[in-house]
Amino acid sequence: MAFIEGLIQYDFLQKALLTSIIVGIVCGVIGCFIILRGMALMGDAISHAVLPGVAISYALGINFFFGAVFTGVVTAIGIGFVSQNSRIKQDTSIGIMFTAAFALGVILITVLESSTDLYHILFGNVLAVRPSDVWITLIIGLIVLISVYVFYKELLVTSFDPTMAEVYGLPVRLIHYFLMTLLTMVTVASLQTVGIVLVVAMLITPAATAYLLTDRLSVMIFLSAAIGASASVIGLYFSFTYNLASGATIVLSATALFFVAFLFSPKQGILWKKLNDKKNRLALQ
Amino acid sequence: MVSALVLNDVHVSYHGKSAISGINLTVESGNVLGIIGPNGAGKSTLLKALLKLVSIDKGSIEIFGKTLEENRKRIAYVPQRSEFDWDFPIHVLDTVLMGTYPKIGIFKRPKKKERDLAYECLEKVGMEHFYNRQIGELSGGQQQRVFLARALAQNAALFFLDEPFVGIDIASEETIVDLLKDLRNQGKTVVVVHHDLSKATEYFDELLLLNKHVIHAGKPSEVMRPEIMLKAYERELSFLREAGVN
Repeated sequence: MAFIEGLIQYDFLQKALLTSIIVGIVCGVIGCFIILRGMALMGDAISHAVLPGVAISYALGINFFFGAVFTGVVTAIGIGFVSQNSRIKQDTSIGIMFTAAFALGVILITVLESSTDLYHILFGNVLAVRPSDVWITLIIGLIVLISVYVFYKELLVTSFDPTMAEVYGLPVRLIHYFLMTLLTMVTVASLQTVGIVLVVAMLITPAATAYLLTDRLSVMIFLSAAIGASASVIGLYFSFTYNLASGATIVLSATALFFVAFLFSPKQGILWKKLNDKKNRLALQ
Repeated sequence: MVSALVLNDVHVSYHGKSAISGINLTVESGNVLGIIGPNGAGKSTLLKALLKLVSIDKGSIEIFGKTLEENRKRIAYVPQRSEFDWDFPIHVLDTVLMGTYPKIGIFKRPKKKERDLAYECLEKVGMEHFYNRQIGELSGGQQQRVFLARALAQNAALFFLDEPFVGIDIASEETIVDLLKDLRNQGKTVVVVHHDLSKATEYFDELLLLNKHVIHAGKPSEVMRPEIMLKAYERELSFLREAGVN
């Protein structure tokens, strides 16, 4: 109840709620494609790789969005370049490149002595969202949602059957980097809410939860967005009420929802699977 | 009339190792061509070269007298079943609907016309009652039929199938073979990478026996002769002899 009163009373809490709901939705949508393409690790990599970009942006006095997108995309290209031009596998390449970018970011923040609070970038501080941050989040959210709507067909076919897509002439690699760019933008939008370290959870956990609940990509996207948004609201409530880090409470809310689906999903839930196994065995006796 | 496929001295290598070399081949429209040969003979590589999924080191490939780029919308490709993620959240009808994507073009969405076409193609392979199922719930043969329906929805002139009969039931195999023959009778060209030699004579109008290079190409009755088959399968045979099999 204090949360509702707080919402009415405090402007900062309204901004926090709005931002985290947008982040929940957008991460949920992009996350579906990330997990279906087996790129969960890539999501983690890109989110860490924005750190040097954030540091440089602060040093140059520009909005951190531009630097973050730049280093995020450069890292994504670097990962692809290393794995395609050597025997190094994709996951290894990811491990090499994103830790390098992250380490560079840590040094840059120290050397440039920027006003950036490393702790807040790493773990998020949604209660300190500024109006300009709300706008950036909203604009990024719209760009991402419109892109997914417009290119839904192409994203579907390149995720499910990239060979067919290539044969009929889709620029499969370009679409991959386009998705990486969207992913980077989503990460930047999530910096304030959940922070670099935990953004991967917002990308993967709601999408994975939705994956357990449906057999259709279009439905999965809507479910994932709804789950992401719900986790944001629940998480923010606990963050505000018990004075906990918002990133952590939002992620744990998403995890809790995942385990509910993991146990009780009508088709995939382990509870029903176990019960059915038992029923079958009893019927045979 | 212009030939469906003309390959002239095609060479492909992976990391400096030659996979196929000196491939010359002409396929006329209205034929079902089977590409056969032992493991590692470069059958899939040849298919990939035809589709420009791998780059060729030397030689030229003409499709209906033109380049692949000018023909992309006239080509349907059915990959090997093992290449798919069968847990992907997609239904049978939506899978077939993908076959209409190339002609819809970017930015647009499939409408009722495309859905009807997809459903008709499902009927042709006898899978319409499964339109609502997730693709992983089907048997191997049913999955293969769905992917053939997707290729039919592409309304192509040239069909490429990579090992379509691996791990499927005999009824599905017969359905697929009949449909391929229908396509041929409509003047379309079908290229099938095939593993099993036993039915090769029945299934195909033309055969290409491959082992890194063309061993023999022609009518099945010419190709399926012991002295010719021996040339391609020599290594397998000598291995059997060493193992003491007569």
